[in-house]
Amino acid sequence: MTRSPSSPGFWRSPLRGPWFTSVLGVVLLAGITLLFVTGLLSYAAYNPDLSPVNDKTPDKGVLGFYLFAWPTDPHWLYRLDQGVHVTLGITLIPVLLAKLWSVVPKLFALPPARSLAHALERVSLLLLVGGGLFEFVTGVLNIQLDYVFPGSFYPLHFYGAWVFFAAFAAHAVLKTPAALRNLRRPREEEVKEVKEVEEGDLVSPRPDPPTVSRRGALWFTGGGSLLLLATTAGQNFDGPLRRTALLAPHGGADPGSGPNGFQINKTAAYAGIDPAETDDDAWRLVVTGRTGTVRLSRAQLARLPLHSAALPIACVEGWSTGDQWWRGVRLRDLAALVGHDGDPPDVFVESLQRHGAFRRAALRANQVADPRSLLALYVNGEKLSPDHGRPARIIVPAAPGVLNTKWVARLTFGDL
Amino acid sequence: MRRRFPVGSPLQLLLFCASFALAAYAGVRLLADDWFGVALWIVGTAVLHDLVLLPLYSVADRAVVRGLGAAGHREWALYVRVPAALSGLLLLVWFPLISGMTARRYRSATGLSPDGFLTRWLLITAVLFGASAVLLALRLRRATKRRPPAAH
Repeated sequence: MTRSPSSPGFWRSPLRGPWFTSVLGVVLLAGITLLFVTGLLSYAAYNPDLSPVNDKTPDKGVLGFYLFAWPTDPHWLYRLDQGVHVTLGITLIPVLLAKLWSVVPKLFALPPARSLAHALERVSLLLLVGGGLFEFVTGVLNIQLDYVFPGSFYPLHFYGAWVFFAAFAAHAVLKTPAALRNLRRPREEEVKEVKEVEEGDLVSPRPDPPTVSRRGALWFTGGGSLLLLATTAGQNFDGPLRRTALLAPHGGADPGSGPNGFQINKTAAYAGIDPAETDDDAWRLVVTGRTGTVRLSRAQLARLPLHSAALPIACVEGWSTGDQWWRGVRLRDLAALVGHDGDPPDVFVESLQRHGAFRRAALRANQVADPRSLLALYVNGEKLSPDHGRPARIIVPAAPGVLNTKWVARLTFGDL
Repeated sequence: MRRRFPVGSPLQLLLFCASFALAAYAGVRLLADDWFGVALWIVGTAVLHDLVLLPLYSVADRAVVRGLGAAGHREWALYVRVPAALSGLLLLVWFPLISGMTARRYRSATGLSPDGFLTRWLLITAVLFGASAVLLALRLRRATKRRPPAAH
């Protein structure tokens, strides 16, 4: 019978046991809760309830119950939130794998169900494991631009998160008390606990001689997390720190040098921008509002009052740059130009981009009103490069990168 | 005479009903576009992990421990296991970049070179195994020094 994985004797590792699983479980309880919260905040940062163009999940229903007007302060809010979400998610992968390893004998335990509640628990565990792995896998693939998953990332990762969270919350309610008890138990009792093995209690009845202690195995798991953290976190910083992110998509060297050398999400060529359209002679900004439509050339824009703001670029993919020094026309000044004096409304932004989910985007009135929200013409003292949105791009404090529309063609002010 | 199938804790039943209701609410939205593809992914990732990845690394680990055990050095297992697992972990997480399967899109979207990932992963792997070998060598030297000559 020990040849069958449903027999406890099949599992030989001396590491498995309630203490080991409980430590990993408590780490995941804290870590995944933080992932869920930062994920929900990141979702809110898109202002999906403002306009259909911002909303990739129009049938979200009550799952958007908590949405609020995303603030512009502090200006690094999205950078921090999304940086934590992605970096923490990657860092937790070894803990997740170790946790799944530690409980794998339960997957094969027989009988399949001891009671109705136990049967439901096992169905719930499929949602927990399948849903959890689905979230981690889609996230890890998306930041590497590997869009092999069945559909668009936003709805998959958002609805998947809620399915996973439903199972996760039930699991946490059921298991946390026991996990905490296991951790509080004095070390000596661990020996006794081994003798009181019940069926499916994870402790192997005929363990192999150990090659490492349980504590050592935890250090090993933590070491894996540390390695991933150390080779990923740097993609949220500039200069030598970025180079420490050895395997992360936006680690290593910057794409260019000089004022426009910082990280790019999508290049002009990728977005299908024809250089002829952004040429100073051809390009006109169309601004529409209460009093009608104004068309401005780049030279006319540059003669309007110019203001500066130091703001980062922060991407949903979990990388960001330090503050860049942007210079351009305030969005609220452009609103005033078309009849919205004093109380700027929302704005609908359209790009020259041919494709891309966010070639059109909406910004809320509080974002338009912020004096640091610009239609930028310059960055770090130079004209914007084509890849950073020449001739003009939006830059708004604390907004996700994709809402900082590049190659802007049209601004329509008014309540959305 | 068969005993009746027990129901279990009513509180737990309520908890699971609430959990399934929320999962179903999100689930119908998750499955709205390509229900088969998404269901396949959710079940598939769980099956791939539980029935392929985990058995594979368990068997590999057991082979290393047995092999070293047969050579009388079972305690060296860690010096292989740690660098191999860490290197494998990095490969697992960054496989699309390391394998170059998204290289064209990556270069065209970000303006960055996709070429360094494989090299860097190999270098990290070399450093991990190298450091492990140095640690093992140091341990062996210490053990040799401590051992009295008569013990041979």
